[in-house]
Amino acid sequence: MTISIHASVNGEPCQFQCQTTDTLLKVLRENLQMTGTKQGCGTGDCGACSVIMNGELVCACLVLAVECGQADILTVEGLASAGQLHPLQQAFLDNAALQCGICTPGLLMAAKALLDKHPQPDETQVRYWIAGNLCRCTGYDKIVRAIMGCVS
Amino acid sequence: MEYTAPRTLAEVCAALGAASGTVKLFAGGTDLLPRFVAGVNPPALLIDIKHVPETREIRRLAEGGFVIGSACSGGQISAHTELVRSWPGLTEAMDLIGSVQIQSRATLGGNLCNASPAADSVPALIASRARCRIAGSDGERELPVEDIIVSPGRTCLRQDEFIVSFFLPARNPRSADAYLRMTPRTEMDIAIASAAVNLTVDEQGVVNECHVVLGAVGPVPVYALPAARILLGSRLDEEVRQRFRRQISALCRPISDKRGSAEYRTDVTAVLADRAALTAYNRALL
Repeated sequence: MTISIHASVNGEPCQFQCQTTDTLLKVLRENLQMTGTKQGCGTGDCGACSVIMNGELVCACLVLAVECGQADILTVEGLASAGQLHPLQQAFLDNAALQCGICTPGLLMAAKALLDKHPQPDETQVRYWIAGNLCRCTGYDKIVRAIMGCVS
Repeated sequence: MEYTAPRTLAEVCAALGAASGTVKLFAGGTDLLPRFVAGVNPPALLIDIKHVPETREIRRLAEGGFVIGSACSGGQISAHTELVRSWPGLTEAMDLIGSVQIQSRATLGGNLCNASPAADSVPALIASRARCRIAGSDGERELPVEDIIVSPGRTCLRQDEFIVSFFLPARNPRSADAYLRMTPRTEMDIAIASAAVNLTVDEQGVVNECHVVLGAVGPVPVYALPAARILLGSRLDEEVRQRFRRQISALCRPISDKRGSAEYRTDVTAVLADRAALTAYNRALL
């Protein structure tokens, strides 16, 4: 069954057609060609597909696209503006907080969701908020350092 | 698969009553969508209940009880300071489920209806003496939470019924609850054993009401009545706690699997229940 959905993606109005069984992840990557959001496990365990939906951090693989009517969705493509990296993106680069990069978009969105809700987290809070994002390269310390470096 | 997102209770009931094929209710989707990925066929009709106001509200009643909508997320529940203050055990149980991403979506009603033996919120809900408001195509009924799960993955709800909300009774003074679980990893894991304790003490610090429920050590949560009786009339002295721990282990009927042996689960459940009882007791005295 095909349904037409109107949503907002990275602040821009957006319309797409989807099957009722399609996930938000599939629609972002395949219909909207926004491949910044990565597919990892597809079952909500790894966090690679993390996006912010109506202000809440979610796994795009665990959201149906049909649920997204009128939703406000923020993906990694929406972080940089006017050719300028988002401070979190710059901090990840400065701290070498990535190697292969598959987990990075999800971690950036988790970090952004954290700082949006808690502008001054301590390290325990940072580690709690990224516990749903698996990284097999860095051992997390550099990621934590990058996020802590963005605490105002 | 047809998808519908009704805005009222009556519309959900009408959709349930009119459905001819397979129907699934949908709220957070954290258990349902991985099943589609695993190859389970989607239902003919998916009813998204989270736009029905009654399923999303947390409300304190004038007499002191709470109503929690079945589609309230973990994040929503943890953010409700009044609820957390009255029911620290139930709210910490819900908060233990999954990552921040999962907490944004996973719901209290979903955790119950998924009917996993290891569900974290269910022992705490049962210990709280919570009751379910159930709506169906031919009216409403009410059941205690412990009547809902009949076996792993199965509830007693008819295909045309769903849980609208939970009712938590008003608290007597000096009452508190606590929930503890054991997981092989420190985070993002599923309980291999758990215990919820909800108790009330009198002015002398003597337990005069007590409910103990064990999770992941049987096909359905274990309402540990003989163990709770041991704590009644006591101040949780060491000798009482020893008998309590032995009785807890005697009530466990766990399986052995790669995540934990039956022997280990049986031993650790006694420790968890003991510590949860102490935590609830100390909270009740505050």
